[in-house]
Amino acid sequence: MTDTTTAPATTESVAEFAARARAWLAENMPRIDPESPPESDRGEEAPWLRARELQKTLYDGGFAGICFPREYGGLGLPIEYQRAFDEESKTYEMPVILNTPTFTICAATILDTGSEEQKKEHISGALRGDEVLVQLLSEPSGGSDLAGVITRADRAGDKWVINGAKTWSTSAFAADYGLMLARTDWDMPKHEGLTMFLVPINSPGITLRRIKQVNGSVEFCEEFFDNLELGDDAVVGEVNEGWHVASRQLYHERRAVGGGSEFASGIGAEGKTDVPIDWVELLSATGQADNERARERAGRAIVHRAVQERLIDHVYHGVLDGSLPPAAGSIIRITHAETHQVGFDTAVALTGDSAVVDGDDDLIRFGERYLSRQTAALGGGTTEIARNIIGERVLGFPREPAADRGVPFKQVKRNKS
Amino acid sequence: MTDAANPEVLLFASTTQSFLEKEASLSRLRELHAAGIAFDPDWWRRAAELGWTSLLVPEELGGGSVSGDGVKDLAMVAELAGNTVAPGPLHPVSTVLAGLVEAPENHENTIESLVTGDVIASWAVYEPGRSWAPMNPGVTATSTDTGYRLDGVKDRVEAGADSGVLLVVANCEGAVQQFLVPTDAAGVRVEAQRSVDLVKSYARVHFEGVEIDASAVVGRPGQTADLISRQSQIAQILQCAEVVGILDAVLTFTIQWGFDRHSFGRPLGSYQVLKHRYADLKIWFEACRAATNAAVAEVAGRSPDAEMAVSVAKSYVGEYAPRMLQDCIQLHGGIGVTWEHDLHLFLRRVMLDRSMFGTPEDHNLRVYALTADARSA
Repeated sequence: MTDTTTAPATTESVAEFAARARAWLAENMPRIDPESPPESDRGEEAPWLRARELQKTLYDGGFAGICFPREYGGLGLPIEYQRAFDEESKTYEMPVILNTPTFTICAATILDTGSEEQKKEHISGALRGDEVLVQLLSEPSGGSDLAGVITRADRAGDKWVINGAKTWSTSAFAADYGLMLARTDWDMPKHEGLTMFLVPINSPGITLRRIKQVNGSVEFCEEFFDNLELGDDAVVGEVNEGWHVASRQLYHERRAVGGGSEFASGIGAEGKTDVPIDWVELLSATGQADNERARERAGRAIVHRAVQERLIDHVYHGVLDGSLPPAAGSIIRITHAETHQVGFDTAVALTGDSAVVDGDDDLIRFGERYLSRQTAALGGGTTEIARNIIGERVLGFPREPAADRGVPFKQVKRNKS
Repeated sequence: MTDAANPEVLLFASTTQSFLEKEASLSRLRELHAAGIAFDPDWWRRAAELGWTSLLVPEELGGGSVSGDGVKDLAMVAELAGNTVAPGPLHPVSTVLAGLVEAPENHENTIESLVTGDVIASWAVYEPGRSWAPMNPGVTATSTDTGYRLDGVKDRVEAGADSGVLLVVANCEGAVQQFLVPTDAAGVRVEAQRSVDLVKSYARVHFEGVEIDASAVVGRPGQTADLISRQSQIAQILQCAEVVGILDAVLTFTIQWGFDRHSFGRPLGSYQVLKHRYADLKIWFEACRAATNAAVAEVAGRSPDAEMAVSVAKSYVGEYAPRMLQDCIQLHGGIGVTWEHDLHLFLRRVMLDRSMFGTPEDHNLRVYALTADARSA
């Protein structure tokens, strides 16, 4: 945990804070229907400009970074204040696409591991709406084996020279800085020769390409580094201690996916496709409102969603009271994916041929969503890695033998090209 | 599960646990089975003395609970009993009491004898050849000069052969009503039914012109739906809590097996394919526990969402627990399908709890109906 939520910097009670937020939101933020939120496609430019604008309004009104320390532009308040603000802001347009990764992962990690200058510049920059931050971790050569990155940072005089490629960086095209993991010592074993850099995305030496996903989304990017030059001030944490920084990112990422980050502000959906499936409406639209088989299947999907909500709460409190280890957060990561899958599978079963040929009833959207079924089981770390974490760090089973353990990284076997 | 801040609850939990470990162990279960006995009535009286039967009963009727939240305490007893697949009529007695305490008039003595453990009661709600439909009885109650006459057949009555009194759901001239009927009344015939469980016994009960007094009725006609709903919820959360206790015990020894059992020079649990299976068991277990805890809390608080929460738990736990048990058997290998190994004792009870008082499919339908109702309301 970070040390941000210890000393409240105010004597204002949660209720007083909430009342003040309520009045301010009504005066300053646009109202929305939370059942039908404005579409925020992360692959477009406009939602990012809009989010920066909204974030600036929040900052100017004194409601940005509720749980970030005051010295870096936040309010330094405990999580209860953030939860109260989330409740009050439900019916307002909020810059929710800035939550992850900018606030919950990147700013949180900079707070844990960054230099004083980095914290002052980037955390407050993000809170003002001036900076969008992303993660540059995965590489085309491998995803789950994150510590096996082969993007290199070589020393040349007083500079670092970066060469390699990163992929699956969420909305990097809209970002200002990225936390980039590179190998700085090839004679050390895998985890020990890594360094984390804070990279300006618009630097010469970076070529950015959009990745088009099956559902047409172009939010993810791939970056190529050709002799990108960085100074020592770009290093986050210590040289060759990059795995420690990356571990903090992964920790914050798992908390964010489970809905347990105090650094997220606003809890609304990012658009209509992010709103859970309305099963009663679906059965009515497909003429199956009275079909027992259809009602049973839809009921099962509703059960799974309800259990996921209860499980999030159960695991959050279990980790808090020590009855579950912190690694149990990965439980939510897996059930999040499986709940999505039960939903998509059920929708395809219930919509049948209407989901594959467009009959002017918009039911084809369920067929199209099914094409991206695995996204929830891949993004933010695969469910396979999450099951390893539960098997090894929650249940305590031994790891599989690994051929790269304790071996200088340059001797480790890599992909056949 | 337990309220760590309350020493009385902790004491109640530890007394219950050591009583179960000593007096209701798995080897005791096998002995009872071999002797063809469901449970020892004297053992049940001692369980009642520990307070198991008083949890749902208000103090003015001779009951009381340690934490002030009797439903939660009772669910805790059911969970602990699940750890050793304990015998005994905890579920039927609690279910009947859940109804009687809502309409105690004329039934104070029965409540008292149930609390002391001297009498066993059960809910006669199922009927032959028909699935879970508590509000649709075929047994009839016809008005007579002195009360009612019951005709028809109930079955799957838990501990029916050991019960002194049955809470019978009947169609009383168009309205559903419940009646408290002594099993020694003229015209009552009890026929034992075999179940998959090692000790739990069931019975088919024939009512042939059974004359009962007017005072045997439980509650006003307009109250019956609420009583049946409450009784169902209590029965269903006890099943879920018992299964959570079973899963806890089975997972504990199955995970230990993953450390102890070596194949090809390595512990089983070090193989990724098995480690992932274990991870799934852990995930589903926490989900079963989360859903059950939520349901218990909603029922304890008599929340308007209680029925939804119970059906969610009953569906999820019922769907996942049996396959989790089968996975644990698979992880044990051949020993898992022997009579000698205890796994089947747990599996038997899990199957019973899955299917009685509504299958997962029944509860999925209920969850959908409640969702649709909430939408059109």
